[in-house]
Amino acid sequence: MSDNSPKRTPLYDLHVELGGKMVDFAGWEMPVQYPMGIMGEHKHCREKAALFDVSHMGQVILRGDNVGEKLEALCPQAYATLKPGKARYGFFTNEDGGIMDDLIVANAGDYFFVVVNAALRHQDIPHMQANLDGVEVTEIFDRALVAVQGPKAEDVVGDLCPAARELNFMETTLDEINGIECRISRLGYTGEDGYEISIPEDKAIEVSRAFLAHEDCEPAGLGARDSLRLESGLCLYGNDIDQSTSPIEASLAWAIQKRRKEEGGFPGAARVQKELAEGAARRLVGIKPDGRAPARQGVEVQCLEGNTIGQITSGSFGPTVGGPVAMGYVSAGHGTAGEKVNLIIRGKAQPAEIVALPFVKQNYKR
Amino acid sequence: MTTYYSEDHEWITFEGDIATIGITAHAAEQLGEIVFVEQKETGDEFEKGEEIGVIESVKAASEIYAPVDGEVVEANETLGDNPGALNESPEGDAWIYKVKLSDASQLDDLMDLDAYKALIG
Repeated sequence: MSDNSPKRTPLYDLHVELGGKMVDFAGWEMPVQYPMGIMGEHKHCREKAALFDVSHMGQVILRGDNVGEKLEALCPQAYATLKPGKARYGFFTNEDGGIMDDLIVANAGDYFFVVVNAALRHQDIPHMQANLDGVEVTEIFDRALVAVQGPKAEDVVGDLCPAARELNFMETTLDEINGIECRISRLGYTGEDGYEISIPEDKAIEVSRAFLAHEDCEPAGLGARDSLRLESGLCLYGNDIDQSTSPIEASLAWAIQKRRKEEGGFPGAARVQKELAEGAARRLVGIKPDGRAPARQGVEVQCLEGNTIGQITSGSFGPTVGGPVAMGYVSAGHGTAGEKVNLIIRGKAQPAEIVALPFVKQNYKR
Repeated sequence: MTTYYSEDHEWITFEGDIATIGITAHAAEQLGEIVFVEQKETGDEFEKGEEIGVIESVKAASEIYAPVDGEVVEANETLGDNPGALNESPEGDAWIYKVKLSDASQLDDLMDLDAYKALIG
């Protein structure tokens, strides 16, 4: 195999068996959908439960003294005070206050467990190795990662592992599923209750089959994963956030804890603190097109006077909303919920409205 | 009535002096669930190869290219409210345009069913 051919996750054979339509995503051969189709898979996840293969994401173990404290030098999150068994969303910032990648950090007790985006593993791991002094940074290649998401996820996972029922949102534990030791974390990327489960690669299909054996659980692909996260107002790295966007512009101030906002001490803190105090030049908002035409990434946003005020960064059809949904940046002075704007789709102005995110209420177990 | 096929996965039938244009079942299958169709209006003229509409699926937008020269006599308006019909009946009720052909001999440049089947494998 040449270096250019897409890699396969431990679940590849199962995807093919289930009729997954395989596509190249970030260098991985992944199912974009199964025979049920993106809309069906999306709705099934909102109503019951769906199983996603997210093994393409980078799983990393950090071992050493004071790992959480050291992570604070790279991230604006309060990881020093992250208690064992807890996970927290965060991001690496660059010196200009832009976002290098977003990630989940979990305090597993003896070590920290970090999950980063597939396309950025090769950036993030050297970044941590170079900057976390005295911390052993180990990328895990021998474990799959699957997400079970939806209101029935607790039954799907809990029937096999009762301890999973006891977890709250953003909590993690190590436990056995069918006698196989798995890391089970109650979080996800759909806006629904659910879990991400790290499984030894040679047992990944066996455990996934056990989840799928539940009458309420169906496989879902990357297509549904994208429409679910968009309806839930969750950012996609590379679309909605990147090296140029600050967390404040991206409406991610909620993910920076109070102490870190006040103290700074992370790359780009000056910009973040300035924008917290004075407001950012642009801000990520929800945008709801009036008609049926989806507004895709790159579509220009104009105010009613006809001036360009921003751009769509993610846009698609929202199966639960039953119409097009989008997110994008608009400049300061715009972006109040209810504001009418125009979207320039194929040269024509299409009316739309700024709306509060998320489009679909998040349904986490708190 | 003969059905002709284009390399852009449209079908076209011709009866009297009016042709009907749609997308093939293969195209609909490839596009996935269709959620929006943008069509030209009655009276719009177009040339072969010109973009005459856009079909949006959950995943992406795809253009419809004119397989022949002609003029729109009727756009199938039911697709506005029910774009999903293009997945259910792409070669039946969910036709996209009725058109008046400028040059019926252009149909000879298109494929018959066997040739189209060979194209899509």
